[in-house]
Amino acid sequence: MLTRRSILAAASVAAIIFSSAASAQTPITIGAIEILTGPNNKYGIAIKNGFDLALEEVNKAGGVLGVPLAIAYEDSAGNKDQALNAARQLIGARKVPLILGPTLSNEMFAVGPVAVERRIPIVGTSTTANGITAIGPYVFRTSLPEADVIPVTLRTAKEKLGVKRVAVMYGHDDAFTKSAYDVMKGAIEKLGLETVATETFGSKDTDFSAQLTKIKALNPDAIVVSALVEAGAGILLAKKQLGIPDSVRVIGGNGLNSPQVPQVAGAAANGTLVGSPWFIDKADEANKSFVARYQAKYNMAPDQFAAQAYDTLFIVAKAITAAGEANPQKIRDALGKVTHQGVMGPFSFTPDRDPADTSGVVVIEMKDGKFQIFK
Amino acid sequence: MLAQQLLNGLVVGSTYALFALGFTLMFGVLGVINLVYGFYLSLGAFIALFATQAGLSIWLALPAAALTTGVIAVVLDGLLLTPLRKAKAPELSSLMVTLGGTLFLYSLANLLFSTDIRRFPVGVVDATAYDIAGMRVSMTQLLIMGAVVVMVSALLFVMRGTRLGLGLRAMAERPDTAELMGVDSASLVRLVSLICGTLAGACGVLIGLNYNAIQPYMGEVMMLKGFAVIILGGLGDIRGALIGGLLIGMLETLTAGYIASTWKDAVGFVVLVLTLWIRPSGLFGRLAAKRA
Repeated sequence: MLTRRSILAAASVAAIIFSSAASAQTPITIGAIEILTGPNNKYGIAIKNGFDLALEEVNKAGGVLGVPLAIAYEDSAGNKDQALNAARQLIGARKVPLILGPTLSNEMFAVGPVAVERRIPIVGTSTTANGITAIGPYVFRTSLPEADVIPVTLRTAKEKLGVKRVAVMYGHDDAFTKSAYDVMKGAIEKLGLETVATETFGSKDTDFSAQLTKIKALNPDAIVVSALVEAGAGILLAKKQLGIPDSVRVIGGNGLNSPQVPQVAGAAANGTLVGSPWFIDKADEANKSFVARYQAKYNMAPDQFAAQAYDTLFIVAKAITAAGEANPQKIRDALGKVTHQGVMGPFSFTPDRDPADTSGVVVIEMKDGKFQIFK
Repeated sequence: MLAQQLLNGLVVGSTYALFALGFTLMFGVLGVINLVYGFYLSLGAFIALFATQAGLSIWLALPAAALTTGVIAVVLDGLLLTPLRKAKAPELSSLMVTLGGTLFLYSLANLLFSTDIRRFPVGVVDATAYDIAGMRVSMTQLLIMGAVVVMVSALLFVMRGTRLGLGLRAMAERPDTAELMGVDSASLVRLVSLICGTLAGACGVLIGLNYNAIQPYMGEVMMLKGFAVIILGGLGDIRGALIGGLLIGMLETLTAGYIASTWKDAVGFVVLVLTLWIRPSGLFGRLAAKRA
């Protein structure tokens, strides 16, 4: 109790200091709720780094509406109640005209309704679950949901490898792998591919030989897999062990887009195709310069979360400029019209406040333990 | 394809049998359902992992990890179960104590090693799969099947053909009478714990090698299957563990291969229920009335 009370006290003191500072200097301060402490803080830290790098550039170029832009960070620690308190604090005490974040989809499901009720636009940069923007008309997101990435991966495989007949495998006891499977199934039908077999497995299974032996006999052009790292790596190993040729690629969802896959599956992971909303080796100038500056400032390589945050801050700054004043309603209306050419590719919002453009999606393939752009 | 599926089933079944051997022995002789048993499997795998990472050959790491696990099993058994044996506590107490123990140990392992999956260093065993009469089989798969044959034969020989086995069987039948006949039950308990821990540890290493997936909870996943296997085979029976393991592994594989993979996990338990209806004490089980 004591610590909690002292935190509250410290927070209110900070709020008073900050608000008086704001009236003296009058920068426009927007709020951000991210996971800055706890086991998942690598996501929140990457996002904060992305925001801060972009903020530096926005302010170097003159800020917004003639004043500097500032971000008031609140830590959610990955806890949706704490995220909720942070949102109430930012909206009620700090009077921010816009909130960035929170980091996780389930935090957004808690925080989003409050923002909608108080009519404050809230922009998630990493919330990819289904139904995020359906929370209400003030909830935006800039991260491409998996439902937009998988179809691009499959289309690329069809066009570049001539894939026509596929076998599908998915983990049937996990919400994430099941929902990715639903997307895969839809995309496969839309592309007119033939599904020769649909096989399931449990997320804790280690043996996939029965399913893959069956698939081998059906001789598909590729195997579409919705799995988390553990099962995904096991499938790749069993595929090689059973002698399914390397020309039969494994096409994965976001679950296989992990550096852990080659660590476990080794050479068996070679040739795996996945789609990603962003990739570090993307060759365009904007991305190269972003990666270099990020590396210089933080002494580590940016990840997808940092890239998404970086673009988002420019999008928000453009919206505030277009709104003409730091008014939540006007910023919300302006966000819908913003277009931006960022490190993720061309960006605009759909009428439902989701990302409209999938042309930034990069299909990558595993080669000798590392992903690289699939050509 | 059928031949390959039968081989797949044989390999999966062998891992189940390998796991169930020590588990059933523990129950048969010591009369406890020791839930910590699954943890021994994880432990064996991790010890061998660290040993091979330190540069030890797998052919040394495998027996070393298995034996170390056996010794740790003796210590844990002494800590958790010996006080209960002295107090002649009912079977339910030992179940609860080992449940608590296993939760604690998994959490500890999780804290120390994290849940990330790891694998043995690439190349510790020859990973190439051989083509034999149209079937693909790897070195580790042969190793697993071989280990089952060796361990089952050795256990059956010890139990049936030696004085030690006679003592163990006597102890399983009536511990107090056995002691009156000159059986040193305390040291036999330690010996059984050592054997069971060693079996579980070896099984963990082999499974880790075969599937390249080592993580703290790997034993817990096997535990559910292990239960089904020993109940199907008959609690405490070595042949039962072998036949039960092979049967469930084979059925799962054939179900996934020829019916639907969605049914794979259900089929083992359906067979279990059907068997228990017809033979309530399992395929090889004796009637449970002996303690009455």
